[in-house]
Amino acid sequence: MPERTHDITLTVNGVVRHATVPARRLLSDCLRHDLGLTGTHVGCEHGVCGCCTVLLDGEPVRSCLTFAVTVSGHEITTVEGLAGPGGRMSPVQRAFAECHGLQCGFCTPGFLCTVTALLRENPAPTDAEVVEGLSGNLCRCTGYQNIVKSVHRAAELIAEES
Amino acid sequence: MKPPPFDHHAPRDLGAALAALAEAGARGKVLAGGQSLIPMLNMRLAAPEHLIDINGVAELDTLEAGPAGVTVGALARHSRVERSAEAAEAQPLLGQALRLVAHPAIRNRGTVVGSLVHADPAAELPAVLALLGGSVRLARAGAAPRDVPAAEFFTGPMESAVRPGELAVSAFFPAPPPRSGTAFREVARRHGDYALAGVAALVALDDDLRVAQARVACVGVGPVPLVLDVTEESAGDDWAAAARAVRERAEPEDDIHATAGYRRHLAGVLAEQALREAALEGRANA
Ligand SMILES: Cc1cc2nc3c(=O)[nH]c(=O)nc-3n(C[C@H](O)[C@H](O)[C@H](O)COP(=O)(O)OP(=O)(O)OC[C@H]3O[C@@H](n4cnc5c(N)ncnc54)[C@H](O)[C@@H]3O)c2cc1C
Ligand code: FES
Ligand code: FES
Repeated sequence: MPERTHDITLTVNGVVRHATVPARRLLSDCLRHDLGLTGTHVGCEHGVCGCCTVLLDGEPVRSCLTFAVTVSGHEITTVEGLAGPGGRMSPVQRAFAECHGLQCGFCTPGFLCTVTALLRENPAPTDAEVVEGLSGNLCRCTGYQNIVKSVHRAAELIAEES
Repeated sequence: MKPPPFDHHAPRDLGAALAALAEAGARGKVLAGGQSLIPMLNMRLAAPEHLIDINGVAELDTLEAGPAGVTVGALARHSRVERSAEAAEAQPLLGQALRLVAHPAIRNRGTVVGSLVHADPAAELPAVLALLGGSVRLARAGAAPRDVPAAEFFTGPMESAVRPGELAVSAFFPAPPPRSGTAFREVARRHGDYALAGVAALVALDDDLRVAQARVACVGVGPVPLVLDVTEESAGDDWAAAARAVRERAEPEDDIHATAGYRRHLAGVLAEQALREAALEGRANA
């Protein structure tokens, strides 16, 4: 018997998207395979690495621990949706580029989404708050120092530009 | 695809959820935040035929705080309870513990009630419920709901009193006694990881601010939260004696993360710290 499918609607980066998926389709796979948005990376698929973090109604969540059917009707922001009008990189993205907050870039989409939400909630975090805010994202390249710097730099950029 | 196939049920109200659960019986599972269940599906450690997804049941998304304590509905996420000023006022230990549960992105989805039902022996919230003597309300189609006290709710590692066809609709965390304080201390490899060991403490004081009651609930040192009354040992603020009692009564096991001896040691150190902190808070509140 073929597996039952569900018609779902997601607003991804401001665009209404439809997909027909089996219930077991993870949101991460739905974004990558059904919608062609491969910016969301997948590392562990059990919630530990944070690569797959996207914003669900503005809040960071693990897309590998969310079924696409469960969030039908909701808004998703992926790394592809962080840039501003005309494709200008967001302050968080520019800060990561400026401070060398990435090397291979595998972990970066998850960090960018996490940090975007972190700074929205706490526009001037302390070092300790940054480290705690990033504790759910793993990076195997940078040693984190430049990522922490990037977060502080992003906070400055956001403050300057607002 | 990583998870095995299943039939997805998306009830919009409690009645429909209970009906779907009743029909699925032992072949069904509740999907709440999915932060424990989906990893198990992705690793194919679980393969339920039916998932009853309660994320659309708005009436379960409740949080009530009052003089008696805090009642958390099945769809209240960790982050909501953590941020609630009313819940912090009515029962501070909830927020103290929630800050140690996983990472913000996981707390945005995971539910308090789901964590209790999941009953991981290293999880913080079961210890909170056990220490405070709270309870979980279980509903099933066509029957009156039953309230299960914490002491009977946790039955083994990853095992709770929820039977097939039942939905945990809410959990009740009683308010602390007057002139009391609470604290949660743990050691984890990284902030947000499951703890190697953790201790929740409650200290209540008498009119002269002497210790009237001292209790701890330890995680990571047994199959279920270990609740110990250390009132006698704590007389005169002798937290070191209380810590000795905890070390003697804890029965941890070795695993890949830590030896039993190290866990026993941690339980003692953390109990001493948590009890001292709880007493300080209690005196500040008095
Ligand atoms: C990387 C990572 C780190 C984590 N670290 C911690 C940690 O440090 N401490 C900690 O406590 N937790 C931790 N967690 C687990 C997290 O707290 C989960 O959210 C929680 O354990 C389960 O809640 P849930 O709502 O996600 O439940 P689900 O995953 O949806 O369900 C878990 C189980 O409970 C059952 N269930 C859920 N709700 C109900 C209900 N209302 N009625 C009946 N059955 C129900 C499900 O059928 C399933 O068997 C971590 C998770 C991850 C992925
Ligand atoms: S892929 Fe989702 S947390 Fe690792
Ligand atoms: S930049 Fe390579 S994993 Fe982070």
